[in-house]
Amino acid sequence: MMTVAELDAIKAKLHSQMMLRKGSEAGEDTYRKHVLVCGGTGCTSSGSMGIINKLNEELKKNGIENEVKVIKTGCFGLCALGPIMIVYPEGSFYSMVKEENIPEIVSEHLVKGNVVERLLYSETVTDSGIKSLNETNFYKKQHRVALRNCGVISPENIEEYIALDGYQALAKVLTQMTPEDVIQTILDSGLRGRGGGGFPTGKKWQLARNLVKDADQKYVCCNADEGDPGAFMDRSVLEGDPHVVIEAMAIAGYAIGATQGYIYVRAEYPIAVERLRIAIGQAREYGLLGDNILGTGFKFDLDLRLGAGAFVCGEETALMTSIEGNRGEPRPRPPFPAESGLFQKPTILNNVETYANVPQIILNGADWFASMGTEKSKGTKVFALGGKIHNTGLVEIPMGTTLREVIYEIGGGIPNGKEFKAAQTGGPSGGCIPAEHLDIPIDYDNLISIGSMMGSGGLIVMDENNCMVDIAKFFLEFTVDESCGKCTPCRIGTKRLYEMLEKITSGNATLEDLDKMEKLCYYIKNNSLCGLGQTAPNPVLSTLRYFKDEYLAHVVDKKCPAGVCQDLLTYKIVADKCKGCTACARKCPVGAISGTVKEPHSIDTTKCIKCGACMATCKFGAIVKE
Amino acid sequence: MVNIKINGIEYSVEEGTTILEACRQNGIRIPTLCWLKDINAIGACRICVVEMSGARSLTAACVYPLSKFDEGKNILTHSPAVLESRKMTLQLLLSNHNMDCLACARSGNCELQALCKELGVDDSSYFEGAKNEFDIDTSSKHMYRDDNKCINCRRCVAACEKYQGIGVIGANERGFKTEISCAFGMDLANTACVSCGQCITACPTGALSEKDDTDKVWEALADPEKVVVVQTAPAVRASLGRLSVIR
Repeated sequence: MMTVAELDAIKAKLHSQMMLRKGSEAGEDTYRKHVLVCGGTGCTSSGSMGIINKLNEELKKNGIENEVKVIKTGCFGLCALGPIMIVYPEGSFYSMVKEENIPEIVSEHLVKGNVVERLLYSETVTDSGIKSLNETNFYKKQHRVALRNCGVISPENIEEYIALDGYQALAKVLTQMTPEDVIQTILDSGLRGRGGGGFPTGKKWQLARNLVKDADQKYVCCNADEGDPGAFMDRSVLEGDPHVVIEAMAIAGYAIGATQGYIYVRAEYPIAVERLRIAIGQAREYGLLGDNILGTGFKFDLDLRLGAGAFVCGEETALMTSIEGNRGEPRPRPPFPAESGLFQKPTILNNVETYANVPQIILNGADWFASMGTEKSKGTKVFALGGKIHNTGLVEIPMGTTLREVIYEIGGGIPNGKEFKAAQTGGPSGGCIPAEHLDIPIDYDNLISIGSMMGSGGLIVMDENNCMVDIAKFFLEFTVDESCGKCTPCRIGTKRLYEMLEKITSGNATLEDLDKMEKLCYYIKNNSLCGLGQTAPNPVLSTLRYFKDEYLAHVVDKKCPAGVCQDLLTYKIVADKCKGCTACARKCPVGAISGTVKEPHSIDTTKCIKCGACMATCKFGAIVKE
Repeated sequence: MVNIKINGIEYSVEEGTTILEACRQNGIRIPTLCWLKDINAIGACRICVVEMSGARSLTAACVYPLSKFDEGKNILTHSPAVLESRKMTLQLLLSNHNMDCLACARSGNCELQALCKELGVDDSSYFEGAKNEFDIDTSSKHMYRDDNKCINCRRCVAACEKYQGIGVIGANERGFKTEISCAFGMDLANTACVSCGQCITACPTGALSEKDDTDKVWEALADPEKVVVVQTAPAVRASLGRLSVIR
């Protein structure tokens, strides 16, 4: 068992070395430098493990393995530029590092102290010298609360977490606060669920504490079954800072009176699962999970449950059904989990990112948290930027930041000088936001009012080359595949909705079909058993609301304005531009192109299979699709 | 007791009573499909939806327990929105249903058919689209399963598990492809099925049916070489006996 004094001692012992990593003057360590390499899923898949091995090898070769420490961290957020590596105390940010760059970085930078500017993230290199990472466009508007330790500490070392105030919040609640105080603090902070629904977290805890008076057992669950296409903030927290979730769940256990917790994490996140296993093991070893935590008599333990890849298991009742060992299907509410949840006991279920905010709220106070954000949405939110945007990756911004700031400043705008068309938030449950709403401050209620939702924070940017009907079809295809099949509206309704979209994109729909489709959307929303079905038509409804002209173009003119829907396209050769080089005719797999050498060619549309090979081959831009 | 209004008229019911029970106690009919008294209340088919004041969407009456939080609420059991939704649910079910009704063993005795009539489904092909095509399981001696007629109400699943304690059927696959069948798609004959027939009794459509040996009887009767003896089967009595033991 560990006491609070021992916890403080670990913190004091490691504090100065951690400060070195924050670039602070006060930083001191037996190691001269810390090299942090991202070990998140993104950078791992682009080869960061090879870089770590090479680094260690080169350090040894140069005899400085006792002077420079290599640390595998979680995600830095700028996934587009991975693998990423930072050298402290100077904070040099190397991006897109390759194994062959390592000998040079080691001999020049780590041995001689000459930063290899050529390999740095170009945005940090200016005429007047190298600027700090926090001054770059990607980072300067960010405010990291949930992600505060990601890319800073080693997720596999509990002492590094403790050094940066880890488990201090748990110590504080166990020694200085009553469960009611904890709940009140969370209520006052205004924290709302980060998984999508936005339900006030404090309210959830309060209900679970008070609704059933004589419960012999209660449970604390963590929803780590992140499944929205394009969203990976929960994975990032688990991979970069797993202890924050463990600490927050113990705090929640104390608040509601539970002694057992479950983290339901998808098996497709092997790195997150592995680090959680290590973290839970370490927390038990240090007496921060188990009986008599910190000598206060409080008992709490955690177990992992792996999800088998069903999106619906992110829905709270389906998740609990799955933990119970049954087919992951939602069940009707009421009763709500606060009254009868896992194994029919009072249960709270919060999302990973929600938990990641909790220890900070306890330590810094509700007012600190509530000072960030908008009137009804407090704090920060992590977004996963994807699609047609320069800086794809993870960003954490205060609520109330505008979409324009996120896309054009943090995200670096849209590549190839293309025009912004829409941003999709909230994944398959969300909607598309058009350019007219770019300046709306992002928060739960604003997004709902414009027909989208926060969701878990996926943000996919679309440009003029995206067809909005096709986008709606993409998300519907996902929902159709992920429907559990229990209730009629979702099982059959979404399938029929998808087929109607197919009818539109193939040019076979009538205006009557559009009306029928809208009617079906509202039916599915109003009649489905769980949130998956109730929100499934949102991508269709929001694109119908803002991009009706595109639907009409498909239905009435039988054209796809963005040039995406194959069935509505014809490839043509512009005679003025064609030089008669015959390249396209030779490339065409079905012999649809004919013509004489040095004369304009033509395409036989009855033979053309619209593969686009001719267009890609033509050097003169003479082939167009319309 | 909870005081509520149903279609504007005040009623007082015991806390925990479902909307469906409250309506039945007071002579108000709400149609159901997947609901089966005591054993299956899962809110899956959505035929029993009602409009409830203060609710964001429609509520399935069979699984909504009335509590003190519902005090004073008004429940509409036959509003235009409710009727339209019920009808659309049926139309969706029909869009993935083998509609060979004339030759179906349950024709005239089919709950789906009766509901379509009751709710005025006058366009059985309102929704067009792909249908599932399942193989018919004829492996068992006493019955067949034709999932092309199944509406996924899961009453058979509940009957097998809760009436008889056998549990050899359940949902396989997911979404549109969901199929009620045996584990790993095994034939019923290869499972621990005890041929009790409770699932057939529970089925609202013709998806489950006993094998019909009438033709064999005619054949035997027509055979001058054969003496035909009639004996009643003990299945009914045995089945009821077993039922009481389990309960």
